[in-house]
Amino acid sequence: MIEGRARSEPRAVRIALTSIALAFLFFFLILPLAAVFVEALRAGIAAYAGALTEPETLHAIGLTLLIAAIALPFNILFGVAAAWAIAKFEFRGKSLLITLIDLPFAVSPVVAGLLFILLFGAQGYFGHWLQAHDVKIVFAIPGMVLATLFVTVPFVARELIPLMQEQGRDEEEAAISLGASGWQMFMRVTVPNIKWSLLYGVILANARAMGEFGAVSVVSGHIRGETNTLPLHVEIFYNEYNMVGAFAAASVLALLALVTLAAKSVVEWRMRVETEMLSAGLSPEKGS
Amino acid sequence: MKASSVFAALLALAAAPAFADVSLLNVSYDVARDFYKDYNPLFEKYWKAKAGETVTIKQSHGGSTKQVLAVADGLDGDVVTMNQSTDVEFLASKNMVAKDWAKKFPNNASPYTSTMVLIVRKGNPKGIKDWNDLAKPGVQVVIPHPKNTGNGRYSYLAAWGYALKQPGGNDRTAQEFVGKILKNAPLFPPGGRDATTTFMQRKIGDVLATFESEAELIAKEFGRGEFEVVYPSLSILTEFPVAVVETVVDKKHSRKEATAYLEYLWSKEGQENAAQNYLRPRDAEMQKKYAKQFPAIRTFTVDEIFGGWTKAAATHFRDGGSFDQIYEQK
Repeated sequence: MIEGRARSEPRAVRIALTSIALAFLFFFLILPLAAVFVEALRAGIAAYAGALTEPETLHAIGLTLLIAAIALPFNILFGVAAAWAIAKFEFRGKSLLITLIDLPFAVSPVVAGLLFILLFGAQGYFGHWLQAHDVKIVFAIPGMVLATLFVTVPFVARELIPLMQEQGRDEEEAAISLGASGWQMFMRVTVPNIKWSLLYGVILANARAMGEFGAVSVVSGHIRGETNTLPLHVEIFYNEYNMVGAFAAASVLALLALVTLAAKSVVEWRMRVETEMLSAGLSPEKGS
Repeated sequence: MKASSVFAALLALAAAPAFADVSLLNVSYDVARDFYKDYNPLFEKYWKAKAGETVTIKQSHGGSTKQVLAVADGLDGDVVTMNQSTDVEFLASKNMVAKDWAKKFPNNASPYTSTMVLIVRKGNPKGIKDWNDLAKPGVQVVIPHPKNTGNGRYSYLAAWGYALKQPGGNDRTAQEFVGKILKNAPLFPPGGRDATTTFMQRKIGDVLATFESEAELIAKEFGRGEFEVVYPSLSILTEFPVAVVETVVDKKHSRKEATAYLEYLWSKEGQENAAQNYLRPRDAEMQKKYAKQFPAIRTFTVDEIFGGWTKAAATHFRDGGSFDQIYEQK
């Protein structure tokens, strides 16, 4: 019905709407992205390579990857567990759990960072105990991992919940009744059913983990060559008038975003193929 | 799977430079990086020769008030090197820095100084020569936010002190004068660096008030053909206090190294490094050697005119202080 109406719009309106959308995309996405690479290469390839191979930049890249590598397994574990519980069971406080999962989307990342300072900072609730036992959380890598975890927690769960709800528990129940153990059921029935959505969620979470600025900035302490991630490094370069360095570092992040986009498209395509094979009405909840 | 070996490699990369005998963390303000980037190797070499010990120095830079807050929250800086004493004072109030920190080193514990100068566009089209030209109608002034940046505070106090020193000057005329200047400021960038980019890159404003040392960095980045530096008839002496963070050096057993690190700032090498980074050295010999680089300028200190930073901050920058009064009228 809706589709029919859309087709009946006058040609001029359709062209106008399409051009507005394309112009918007051009000015707000393609142009800035291109500018990053143009600015990064302004002083030539050698300067670009020089900025990227500076020890502090290399360290920032390494740290960014390390934090993502720690945060993602936790995300997968939590996301699958939460989605499983929410989609397949009824229990009290379920809507509260769903709200909590969405909390990081609603809270400003800077507030999230400050929260960790409030908890684990020297003047924070656990500050005394932590200092007495010589445990460093904020202004060190553990704090940065925590902050990253906080902002990325919703992605996997949010991707999985609608899918798992749609799939219901029939297949799992069938597996159990045919004598599969819990683990066998999970690995042979559940995981194959959700793998593309899971991957999709992980890709989104990874993009956010590597690109996060606000929350990580608050807990990082900005120690060069120690607690400096790539997004923070961009800011440092920029503040030092080192435009080539700033844009070179930014271009790495932009490349990462492009890779993410490509991976996301592949996964989306696979998901569509599989769901079309399974049934007609199933589609990914959102395409953001 | 190779996941574990990749992980180990990442861990090694992230934790690599940790094998020195002693490692010091210098928590510093935003634009001090160039100075300490040159200074740290000098000290490392000096200390190796003197004490036979390898010291690695790490830097953390950021807005100076944010930085001391981080130290209070547990960022383990062995030393703080700041651009206004209120920030060190804050750590003293938390008993992390000695109460008499300003007496622990010579010259008010400030190894070098700078002053506020005026940057104008090439050819000085608006004919700006002194602070009073900033108060004239039709002149656009760029200064960082006076309430929460060292740069902006120093500019504000420089103009205030200038007005006080004029014939018949008093607090009322000074407030009026500063009010006129602020009226000419279309916006307050949130930091010193933002102010520079606003003026140089976005080409907003006729005049930018900033540190003399910053002017040289602008020349390095944007070229000398773009602007001129104007030395006002009277300006403020800006000090850059340093202090050992007692609680941290006690915990890390790094008091000896941290103290030596700061003391060495007053050595010939340290002072020359300051001059080379366009910061005015304290050392008389270095002052003479680099005299051409630093035109003579009459200055006053925050202590002389405002009775110290704590008082100046309370009178002018606290909520309801002179800045708020002016700003509400605006």
